[in-house]
Amino acid sequence: MDKYILKYFNLIRTIIAILIGVFICILIIFIISKDPQNGLKYFFLGPFSSIGRLGNVIEMASPIIMCGLAISIPFQAEQFNVGAEGALFIAAAVTTGFGVSTNFPKIIHIPLMLLVAGGVGAFWGFIPGILKAKWKANELVITLMMNYVSLYLSLYIINFHFRDKKAGFLVSYQLPDSAWFDQFIKNTRIHYGILLTIVFVILVYILLYKTKLGYEIRMTGMNINFAKYGGINTFKIIVLSQVIGGFIAGIAGISEVMGIHRRFNWQGTPGYGWDGVVVAIIGRNHPILIAFASIFIAYLRVSGQVLNLLTDIPAEIITIFESIIILLITAEAFLTQWKYRITVREAEKKEVKIESAS
Amino acid sequence: MNPLLKSILSPSFGFAILRVTTPILFASIGVAFSALAGSINISLEGTMLVSAFLGVIVSAFTKNIILGFFAGILGGIGLASILAYFHLKLKADIILAAIALNMFASGFTIFLLYIFAKDKGTSSSLRSLVFPSINIPLLKDIPILGEIFSGHNILTYLALLSVIIFFIIIFKTPLGLRIRAVGQNPDAASSVGINVNKIKFYALILSGIFGALGGLYLSMGYVSWFARDMTAGRGFIAIAASNLGAHLPLGVFLASLLFGILNTIAIYLASLQVPSEFIQMIPYIATIITLTIYSIQASRKKRKL
Repeated sequence: MDKYILKYFNLIRTIIAILIGVFICILIIFIISKDPQNGLKYFFLGPFSSIGRLGNVIEMASPIIMCGLAISIPFQAEQFNVGAEGALFIAAAVTTGFGVSTNFPKIIHIPLMLLVAGGVGAFWGFIPGILKAKWKANELVITLMMNYVSLYLSLYIINFHFRDKKAGFLVSYQLPDSAWFDQFIKNTRIHYGILLTIVFVILVYILLYKTKLGYEIRMTGMNINFAKYGGINTFKIIVLSQVIGGFIAGIAGISEVMGIHRRFNWQGTPGYGWDGVVVAIIGRNHPILIAFASIFIAYLRVSGQVLNLLTDIPAEIITIFESIIILLITAEAFLTQWKYRITVREAEKKEVKIESAS
Repeated sequence: MNPLLKSILSPSFGFAILRVTTPILFASIGVAFSALAGSINISLEGTMLVSAFLGVIVSAFTKNIILGFFAGILGGIGLASILAYFHLKLKADIILAAIALNMFASGFTIFLLYIFAKDKGTSSSLRSLVFPSINIPLLKDIPILGEIFSGHNILTYLALLSVIIFFIIIFKTPLGLRIRAVGQNPDAASSVGINVNKIKFYALILSGIFGALGGLYLSMGYVSWFARDMTAGRGFIAIAASNLGAHLPLGVFLASLLFGILNTIAIYLASLQVPSEFIQMIPYIATIITLTIYSIQASRKKRKL
């Protein structure tokens, strides 16, 4: 038993953190709700109440997964950045502009859109990457600032160049059909961009764990000096990790536009980049775990919407829940006492075995 | 361009700048305290929200502005203590913990707003109080200067005073010396007997208090209600301002003022159909550039050593 606890310690810790979060939420529901039974039902099973809502979970999970992947690659190289939000936004704006002003057959238009978005995102990641690699400029502050530059620059691009004046509110022109990701399940908005997300999960997994570049990224993250002495070009790795992250974030943004809204209709950054940070933490930067964490978060969000609609409990209970989980998961010393005790017990057992053998 | 120039040259523009600068200045001083101690607090966005909310709720239900004030300050101290506990005791990464706290603050305030005011947008159904504005005798009678500097909310004057308080704490008290020592080299500080964690804890609490003041001003001075996510990024702007000002009193003051001026211009421009987006972008680009220049100099210095 103890052996398994040690082996899966991180997983168990995450589960305990989630259980504590759930417990606090149940407590809150009982305190504030007049009908806690109903509240609890929707808190846990809300998304299952209709096919549309189940679809919502998948639609919402898709950009979160992509942003989680985008954040996790620089995170693996110990590049603390929150830049996915900005890369996603500017890429979506520029590519929407590109999409509405060009016309190709679908088979060319879609890959072209994705390339433009990826390119803009990669450029957006390149800036903090090169500033960090060359002069050690703090990438956290730089990316934080660049998120704002992205916000205003994108709004300028959309509002002053591609604004659909007939629409009545601040949105861009609609993309031509040739640049749409089609929706393929009735009563939901699930679109082909979501398949792309699955491809990216696999690609990032292969990149990180099966290629030389991925190995170098992880080594740089574990110990940059060791990596340097081992002959890894850490300069290149720092920049590349940010560029790849930006590339993925850019595609996350345009995929959402092409599959769901079909036009740029954001007036503020949508927050997926921050969600990406959250799932990268919960999933410990592992692509597959990030996918599960994103579905988990999306599931919670949809639960929140259902709670909002059908009960007297505000959806923000979900935000509180998420923040508690993140706090507990990031707290490295949380439960280490317990781990320490088990480790000692295990070691003692081995000692006894060795003694009895001799 | 003429009507814009006209309104910029009017004293009411100067008055507006001070109004807009106040919350940024408070929060920047808060960030600077934490940054000087080497544990930058990026949770002031959330701190401001919680304090703005508590000030409104407590003042609305007790009809006592002093209680509202202290509730806000306590909220700031509370959030800072949580951050300090998780960072210093439970070894959480301070950035990630702060991101979690920002999320928490946003959700928590909207959640409680709904419980107390049955509204998820604003608290305008509650009759909360505001801090008084003061006319400064003598100064108020001077033509242009009086119009710019007199008649502000009491917290605006406190914000200006805070720059001096910040200077005194950092450069004239033992605590300030220790905060700087811990920030520059925690190992060296610890080797001369300074309790690094304790000093960082104090710095974080100070940052929470100043963040709280910024939040209180927003909901009980700048406007007279609480609105969801009303900080609108000011906690992050403060990080930029503090970095731009190298975390030092005069620098932080001037950087906050710059952000205030540019934001005010953007507000004025918005009413004139000129792309205000570019003006709003300037402070962030300025921060990126200064941070880069600063980093270049720092890396050159290191190479010389």
